[in-house]
Amino acid sequence: MTQQGVRWTADQVLALAPDVASRKAGSKLGAAGPWSEAGSADEGTVWGLCKGSGSKPYQTVIDIADASGPAYKCSCPSRKFPCKHALGLLLLWAEGDGAVPPGSPPDWAEQWIKGRRQRTEEKRTADASGSSSGSGDPEAARRRAERRAMRVTAGATELEQRLADLLRGGLAGAEQAGYGLWEETAARMVDAQAPGLAARVRELGAIPASGPGWPVRLLEECALLHLLDQGWLGRERLPNGLADTVRSRIGLPASADGPPVRDRWLVLAQYDTADVKLTTRRIWLHGADSGRTALLLSYGAAGRAPELALPVGLALEAEVSAYPGAGQLRAALGEQFAPPAPAAIRPPGVTTAEATARYGEALRDDPWLDSVPVTLDRVVPTPDGNSWQLADADADSALPLTPAARARPGLWRLVALSGGAPVKVFGECGHRGFTPLTAWPDGAGEAVQLC
Amino acid sequence: MNSPSVPVDSPAPGAWEELVTAALLGTDRRTPPGCAPGREAPVALLDAAAMETVRRRAGLRPTRAAPRPQPAPEDPRPALPSAAARRLAMLLADRPGTAGGGRRGTAPDLMELLPQWLATANDRGYAPPSQALPALLDAARGRTDLRPAALTFAGPRAVWLARLNPDWRFALRATPGGGAALPHLEDAGEVQQLWQEGLFAERVALLSAIRAREPVAARELLATTWATERAEDRLMFLDSLRTGLGPQDEPFLEQALADRSRNVRATAAELLSALPGSALAARMAARAEACVALDHTQQAPTIGVEAPHQCDAGMERDGVVANAPAGRGERSWWFGQLVEATPLSTWPGRLGGRTPEEIVALPVTDDWQGELHAAWCRAAVRQRDAEWARALLGSPSAPEAGGPGAVSLAERAKLLGTLGAAERAEWVAGFIATHGLSEAFQLLGVCAVPWAPPLGRAVVDALNIARDAGSYPWSFSGVMGLAERCLDPAEASRLDGLLAVPDEPEDASPGAGGYWAEAFQRLVTTLRLRAAMIEELDQDSPSGV
Repeated sequence: MTQQGVRWTADQVLALAPDVASRKAGSKLGAAGPWSEAGSADEGTVWGLCKGSGSKPYQTVIDIADASGPAYKCSCPSRKFPCKHALGLLLLWAEGDGAVPPGSPPDWAEQWIKGRRQRTEEKRTADASGSSSGSGDPEAARRRAERRAMRVTAGATELEQRLADLLRGGLAGAEQAGYGLWEETAARMVDAQAPGLAARVRELGAIPASGPGWPVRLLEECALLHLLDQGWLGRERLPNGLADTVRSRIGLPASADGPPVRDRWLVLAQYDTADVKLTTRRIWLHGADSGRTALLLSYGAAGRAPELALPVGLALEAEVSAYPGAGQLRAALGEQFAPPAPAAIRPPGVTTAEATARYGEALRDDPWLDSVPVTLDRVVPTPDGNSWQLADADADSALPLTPAARARPGLWRLVALSGGAPVKVFGECGHRGFTPLTAWPDGAGEAVQLC
Repeated sequence: MNSPSVPVDSPAPGAWEELVTAALLGTDRRTPPGCAPGREAPVALLDAAAMETVRRRAGLRPTRAAPRPQPAPEDPRPALPSAAARRLAMLLADRPGTAGGGRRGTAPDLMELLPQWLATANDRGYAPPSQALPALLDAARGRTDLRPAALTFAGPRAVWLARLNPDWRFALRATPGGGAALPHLEDAGEVQQLWQEGLFAERVALLSAIRAREPVAARELLATTWATERAEDRLMFLDSLRTGLGPQDEPFLEQALADRSRNVRATAAELLSALPGSALAARMAARAEACVALDHTQQAPTIGVEAPHQCDAGMERDGVVANAPAGRGERSWWFGQLVEATPLSTWPGRLGGRTPEEIVALPVTDDWQGELHAAWCRAAVRQRDAEWARALLGSPSAPEAGGPGAVSLAERAKLLGTLGAAERAEWVAGFIATHGLSEAFQLLGVCAVPWAPPLGRAVVDALNIARDAGSYPWSFSGVMGLAERCLDPAEASRLDGLLAVPDEPEDASPGAGGYWAEAFQRLVTTLRLRAAMIEELDQDSPSGV
């Protein structure tokens, strides 16, 4: 048909919604909502007028071809992003030509798109010319980095002291000391500009209340924290890759300066985790040609959705650059050559034994790793007492699910999809067990999101 | 506990446990293995623990697989078209109670459309996408009225799934025989065994299944154990004879008139009176005829009523309840029951060869009209007599709502049930055109969905009139909600003129115009959505291919 080719599916559109309420409101506006003069253009623009409660209809435009994900503009007063009108319009567009016929954009849409494309262009040329000049004086930057390293060293040394004190008195005392002790230590690590250490310390505080077996978990985490401290203090003696890993675990800024890899990247999973201050979105990608797995991270202020949204099941032709560190999967999305489009690619899978072996291998590069992304081939979700496991269809071995995964509604979607038959499951495999994120049925069928 | 899988090749078994014990107690109290006591002991412990932690994690291996679940049975139905599958996911995602505020706005109420969607999907015989089953079961769990349709649609895999999750146990109960299928009805041995040894619910299901296929065989099966059944079971079994009731059931029912239990007797009498050729019907007719006659002493032909003076043993045996409810005269109570159980075909002969219409139009002496007409209504419903129902309903535009004075809205709704769908719709349309919407809710409920064009037009016109009269739309929220669900989607275009906010007349309720426009917008949006829903289900491209 056109260059934009296949329209998205409704699920993929709904994955852009910032929260459940918008998702609902958007889906109501999608089906035969009060839309008029809607249309779409070949270069990836969708527009329409939506009758709201006021006298003047809202003007909604979406640019789905943008390299950094879709861009939205709507004349409604909502602060949600994208607003329900944008979601509704995309849903309408996803349904087909009937409601949103191809055409040329009206003036109001044209203006916005032109302005936007122009700004992007300007920014790109500015970036290209600005990168050579760098951010000010390199000598000053080096001094800043040195000062920060000294602070981190002081923080790590202090943390070592506190860990030694803790072990001298015994972990049993940690249960009584409660959360306050850890909060205070975490605050000291923030002062030392080591956010990675601060986050780990804060997590330590929650372990004594996490149920049976907590002393084991607390010792493990204390030991790994000690290992990280030691890694930082002795970083000059570490191989380069491992030293980079230590730096990123400590929380020092790094830039994705790995060589860009161009590939057809399939979106395997997208999910958000939120804490008090921050919503973190993780997007797992699978390179159809390179076979690589990459992790994109995107952040939003608490309660707001991160801007980058890549619906599961789409594939995008793009460049991806890795962050420094041995075995580092985190990457940054570079140039996009075509808008994301639905694809029938499935990642190749492994057995459960190979999955655990992969985790073991990965620990060699990064001993602080909690899990690795793995696609399991031909596994059957199997009840095991109060718990569940993914059992190899052709062998007598199985991976237990993590306690968190057992409590999610996605588990039942997985069980229903399987119906006792083998399925392909992508997820994270680690020392706590396996967390399923996406599944494909044995026969034909789309990817089913489990998270 | 922490490690879900078993580490292999542990070189020093117990070394890790020693480390944990030392850490728990503190190095001041317990020296960790292989470390010197003193100031450096905690650091040595942490070093050893870090090494051991990474080693344990790197050595994780899969556990032994638990017994695999039985594979779910195949669902032979074709998969939903992909657009319909997405619509289903959307309808299921819309949970009531999560929308903010009480006002409904212009957005359609998706959950209310789910029953219609399920009915259409079941009608077309589609299988659901497997991953939608959990949401479907959750929806059915929250709303019992959805359960039959939802479980039919969900199919065999949902029953399989429900065995794994106690939250969905209702799905096992709702399936006949608790998930165990009924035996092949041709296998007499199996049928006998289940009938002799089955649980009560299984036996009722078995009897109903046989009755639906072979009414005589079911009655004969029941007769084999009738004498030994408990009274409440007899009542339920007798009730299942309602389907496929025919003259050949009469001897069995006659015998049940002598039952020990009064409820069984009453049910048997009721069933017999629905058979106009039965001996009971003839006995009742004889009794009723003795009470009703043309009174020739008046100038115009008039019906005279002489209610029975006593309720004798014969009447009681034929199901007449002797004790009147509080506040009713005994004689009129008995009289009502006699007329109700009398075949309506008796009356033209008794009353000078007149048609039902003429009979209903006749005056009745001494205020007996209400009692007599009410009893005829009940008889018309019980005997499913459309001609009498039509006569009793009268013209829908008559001043006191067409029917005879004593006929309540509920009785009118029941009478309408005996008419054909088109006639029903036309009568209700006429009723609404004359009397407006305030009384129409119950009558609309018995009309076939989608509403026939004349009925739909009458409802829209009446809503329009109500708007112009200046009242608020929520006075009609019941009818509005029905219209959203029942109006033919093809009518949507006729509503376009109503979507604008009208100028407010001086005597109107403030702001009403805006609310009406909103209500009509919601109506139109819902109708369009329903049209889209049906269209999606009629596409034949299955999803997932």
